[in-house]
Parts: sequence; structure tokens; C-alpha cells
Amino acid sequence: MAERILKNIRIGGLKNAVKGNDYRKEATISYAILIGGYILLQVLSAAGIVGHNLQGQFVPICVYVSLAVSLNLVVGISGELSLGHAGFMAVGAFSGILMSRVLLQSMTFEPLILIISMLFGAFMASIAGFIIGIPILGLRGDYLAIVTLAFGEIIRNFMNVLYFGFVDGKLKFAFNHTIEGIEDTDRIITGAIGATGTKTMASFTWGLLLCLFTVFIVLNLKNSKQGRAIMSIRDNRIAGESIGLDVRKYKLMAFVVSAALAGMAGCLFGLNYSTLVPVKFNFNTSVLILVFVVLGGVGNIWGGIIAATLLTILPETFRQFADYRMLTYAIVLILVMICTYNPAIKSRITALWNKVKPKKKDNGPGGKPRKKKAGKEAA
Amino acid sequence: MKKTWTKVVVVALSCMMAFVMAACGGGGSSDSGDNTLKLGCTGPLTGPAAIYGNAVKNGGQIAVDEINAANPDGVQVAWQVEDDEADGEKAVNAYNKLMDDGMQVFVGSVTSGACVAVAEKTNADRVFELTPSASQAAVTEGKDNVFQLCFRDPDQGTISADYIMENFPDAKVGVIYNNASDYSAGIFDGFKKEMDAKGREIVAVEAFSDDANTDFQAQLNSMKNAGADFVFLPNYYTPVSNILVQADKMGYAPTFFGCDGVDGILTLEGFDTSLAEGVYLLTPFTASAEDEKTQNFVNAYKEAYGEEPNQFAADAYDCVYAVYNAFNAAGVDTSASAADICEALVAQFAGGFSYEGLTASNAMKWQATGEVDKMPAVYIIEGGKYVEK
Repeated sequence: MAERILKNIRIGGLKNAVKGNDYRKEATISYAILIGGYILLQVLSAAGIVGHNLQGQFVPICVYVSLAVSLNLVVGISGELSLGHAGFMAVGAFSGILMSRVLLQSMTFEPLILIISMLFGAFMASIAGFIIGIPILGLRGDYLAIVTLAFGEIIRNFMNVLYFGFVDGKLKFAFNHTIEGIEDTDRIITGAIGATGTKTMASFTWGLLLCLFTVFIVLNLKNSKQGRAIMSIRDNRIAGESIGLDVRKYKLMAFVVSAALAGMAGCLFGLNYSTLVPVKFNFNTSVLILVFVVLGGVGNIWGGIIAATLLTILPETFRQFADYRMLTYAIVLILVMICTYNPAIKSRITALWNKVKPKKKDNGPGGKPRKKKAGKEAA
Repeated sequence: MKKTWTKVVVVALSCMMAFVMAACGGGGSSDSGDNTLKLGCTGPLTGPAAIYGNAVKNGGQIAVDEINAANPDGVQVAWQVEDDEADGEKAVNAYNKLMDDGMQVFVGSVTSGACVAVAEKTNADRVFELTPSASQAAVTEGKDNVFQLCFRDPDQGTISADYIMENFPDAKVGVIYNNASDYSAGIFDGFKKEMDAKGREIVAVEAFSDDANTDFQAQLNSMKNAGADFVFLPNYYTPVSNILVQADKMGYAPTFFGCDGVDGILTLEGFDTSLAEGVYLLTPFTASAEDEKTQNFVNAYKEAYGEEPNQFAADAYDCVYAVYNAFNAAGVDTSASAADICEALVAQFAGGFSYEGLTASNAMKWQATGEVDKMPAVYIIEGGKYVEK
């Protein structure tokens, strides 16, 4: 025990060293789940085992996975509760759709249009994140949560009064009324009716690329100098400030990157359906994304990936229960939450697992070898 | 380490469960060879718009039961409605589920936003689609296989504007509409266009949203101050009932004019129907119409579901019959693929097929663009009843 404590002191903050080791594990598991899942589903689809219903959900699943991972950056890594993630998704979705319609006027190569639209969506969402982030990141805890909630709603209501369209080939916009002299087919965004006539370009492969990109950005940020600064502020704000970390700067960094990634995911979502209404991005959607994060484990990237996938598929698989579908979904959600976080049930499952699990020689409980390894590395 | 493993176990187990269920659902049952035409529909069976989805589900069921009872040896009809919560994403999922279950003709979706998303899929999959109530223009735009049985929202606005200009030449017209509802905003859009085109002024326009549809003091005061003596209300009946109550309290008594969404206001619980006296509404269907067809439908509906059918139920009833009649007229077999049935039905609907139903005062016909040609009627509420004008 004493030896271990000494070691901790010697390496100056064991936590970061462990994080470095965890990074490789976390990254390996995350990428493996994403790529493995993709290959598995593609094979099953090709074999005709997966029905229309599940196939139709491939893109939304990827979008939700990406949203869960990006929200994890704020909730898990930066340690702030954000309830406005759907707002950034909305900004990305609508600006991405707008960009795709503008580009379609002069281009036909869809992959390029999709990439530019997604980058534009990410850019606009990051601007929204920046504007919102500046005044609110001085707030903490519940206050921040409530303000992000309000901003999410503001974004949605802003979309409700926004009109975009072409008049004689020129892009025009208006607030709260229709654009003068516009033809029905030239409308892009029509207030509460949302975006209609979007050319759908999203596919499962693009979804996978989005997920990989998001995981790559989030994991690398987490494992960078800035990421460690963000986490140290999360763990102890005063200690962080005392060693000269700019708290606002690092919090804003996490917030803006998260918003940009949400915008990108929102854009792919928008380009997967020929219509998109602002009401889709209400508070419920923000909470849904937060549920993915919480269920997967706050700060746990691959846990979020699995939770998002599962909770997207579940309501569809319960269709056979007809009227009791959402009730069943809620019950399963509660059960899963209890099973994952109730210590009693948890220890039962662990005990059960230990019986089944083949014993490894050097891998005792409590993560002792892991720490040893980390210590050696640092030394 | 312990923690991680527990999570892995739980997650893996739930994954497997979900996947097994999904796979079960994905298997799909193809046509069993009997003489049944499989109709599918998606609509909000849960959530705030559930009354519309359930009305369509029930109205369609009445038609299906009638058809199946009337020709036990002929073509039978199966009717499957899946919940979409009025959401585009869920609607596409629900539609895909119906496809897995072997649907041949799609009679949906109920709400516009969801319908536009699904219509793109039916167009790609070549499945015939006749929507009972999705009234946005974008539903049918650029899709040869999609037809509407209801009016388009802007058309309702145009017809309302024409009626008002003809019958109320001196009225100062104000509008209170829901700018967060595609239905309301769509009607207002058509209304304003027509008024502008004919050079008639709208003295005041006030909007509200779904989040704030109980207090209308501000909007009504604005109408009053602008001197409006005629207020156009292209809204559903719940906000309209609130507007009527609050206008009455303020002592403001202009002529109110609503669209088909106002139908149902007389059966609204807790609403003093005397306040609705003198309200005009333009609608293709009311349950109080006297003709035999409507009365038979209303009675059957009341018997089965214990409430008066609204327009959505009547639309669904008409849809099922229209598809059934066109299917018979086309002479296709029920064992044909969805794509073959689609081609045959498109040829029918675009080629002058007509149908006399509950929701029009004339025989409905369809344009190749998917729009329906039908005439609505204007009613006025007198003595607690809808009286045709």
C-alpha cells in the first residue's frame, strides 16, 4: 500500500498516466465496436437477414452514436450538464440542408456536396456554440444546465420563424412570413413546416465515417494536453485555476468542439430525410441524447456508442406490443438503468461472471496490474 | 475491471435481446396466398397528435370491416396502422416495418411532416400512396405515385379567401394563426397570397405557437385595436375554443371564420357551445350532415368507438374505399407485387378515376400531380349545430 502511494507521488498524478493507458484501450474498443458493427450489419443486410425496418435505422443510429459521443465531451470530460445538444444538432441540420440545396444548383457530385454541407453544418453549430458558450460558461452545475436548456429552445424557436428559398435563382431569407414571390418548389426552409424537398444523400457508410471521425476527435482531445487541462478543471476547478489554467478557455473549447460535432451529425440526419421540422429538435431530443450518455456511462465513449445504438433500436423492436410499446420501452429503460447502477445487482452479475470467466494468471480483481504497468511506463 | 465487465455483460445481453427481436421483426411474412389486399398506414397513435392518428385508424377499420363483410368471396382488405408519433424519422421506421410485413398499398401518413419523409420512400420503393390527411403541397411534389384525399393547406386558404371576399366585401379581416403548425401556417400562406393577389387588405396578423396556445389576450387586443370585425382562424379547435372564450370575456365580437380544423369544437368537453354560435367554418365533412352515407358511417363509428367521428376518420374511410374501388377497376390480382399494384393504381388515379365519398359534395377526381379536385362546403354554427350555408 505504502509503496503504491509513493509511486503515485513519484509519477506526479497517477490519474493522467492511467488515462494514457486507458486511452489505447478505450480507442481500441470504440473503433472495434464501430467497424465490427458496420461489417456485421453490412454482411447481414447483404444476406437478407436484416429487414427494411432495421436497415432504415442505420443512419439515425450512426447520428445518435455520434451525438452521444460528442455530448460526452461536455458531460463526461468537461463535467458540465448540457441540456441543449439538440439545438446544435438543429443548427447543423438546417444549415447543412441549406448548403446542400445551394450546392446542388451548380454541382452534381454528391459525396463532395455532403462533405461540404457537413463541414458547413459543423461550422455554423460551432459558431452557435461559441456565442452561447461565452456568456454561460461562467455558470456552474444546475444553472448551466438550465441555461443550455433555454438556449436549445431558443434555437428551435428561431428555426420556427426562419424562411429560406430561391427567388429567380437567388437565395433569399425572411423572418416570420413567407418570402415574396417564391414558388413552392424553390422553398428550402419554411418556418415551422421546416425543410422540405431535401435531396437525401446520407448512407450507412457516411454514418460510419461520421462516427469514426467523432470518436477520433473526442478521444484525441481527451488524450491531449488540452484534454487533460479540461479534465483537471472538472476534477478540481480551484486547483486548476491555481496553476494558471484558463478555466473559461478550456470549458469553451470542449463546448464548441462538442457543438461542432453535433452540428455535423445533425447535418447527416437532415440529409437522410426529405423533410425535417424544427419541432424534432425539442427538449425531448436533448434529453434522449443525455440518456444515451448516462446509460453508457458518463465519460465512457464506447458505452455511449452501445447505449445509443440500443436505445434507438429498442422502441422499434417493441412494435409488436402495439399500444404498450412506449410503456415497454420505459420499463426496459428503467430496468437497464437499475441493473447497470444498482450495486447489489451489479455485484451479483459480477459474481456470476467471475464464475463463468476463464481465470487469468496475473489479472486479479481491483485493477492492480494495470496500475503497476502505468507506473512502470511513467517511470 | 470489475465495473467494466459488469457493464459489458449487461450491455451484451441487452444487445443480443434487441438484435434477436429486431431479427424476428425483420423476417417478415409475405402474402399467404389468400385473396387479401394489404393496406398499411402510419400515424400518431401516441403523443399530442394521437387523436388524429387514432381517428384514421378507426375510420379506416370501419371501411375495411364493411368491405370484408360485404364481399366474403371477393377481395378482402387487411388494415395495419403503425405508430409514428407524427415524426418523420419514426414514420420512416414504421413504414419500413409495414414493408417487412408485406404491405401492398400505403394509405398514409396522417400528418404532413411525417408523410413527406415517407412519400420519398414510397416513391423510391414504388408503392402506391394515398394519404387521408397529409395536406402539405410537398407531400405529392415530384412524386407520381402519391395522391392526396384531403385539400392542400394553401388551397383551403385560397378557397376561404375567395369566399370571404365574395360574401363579406366590406369586412376588415384579421388573422390569428399558429406559426409553429404546418397546417395553420400553410393555410395562412394560401390565404395571404390570395388576398394580396386580389388587393384586399388584411388589417392585422397575429401568430401564436404550440407552446403558448392558451392565452390569446394580446392577439385579440391587437385585432380589436386594428378595428378588425372579421377574424380568420385557420387553427385546430382547441386554440379556437380558447380564442372564443377570451374574446367573449373581452366583449369583442367579430365574425369568426375557421377551416376544417374547427370541426369538432361542438363536442369539445368543457366548452360552452353557445360561444361558437355564428362561427363560420369551411370543411369537407361534418358528422352532422344529413345524407344517408354520412349517417351510416357516423352511426357505425359511434357504435364501435363510442364517439363522433371527425374529419380524419371520414378521410380514412374514403381512402380505403377509393383504393379498393380503384384496385377493382384496375383488375389487378392481390398476389401482384406492390410495384405492379402501384403502376395499375397510378394509371387509375391519374386517368380519371372518380369516387363519391363522405368528404366532398361532388365526386372526387385526381390530377396527375396528386391533388384532389373536390368542393368543400361552408357551414355556420347555429343552435348548436352545423348548418350548411
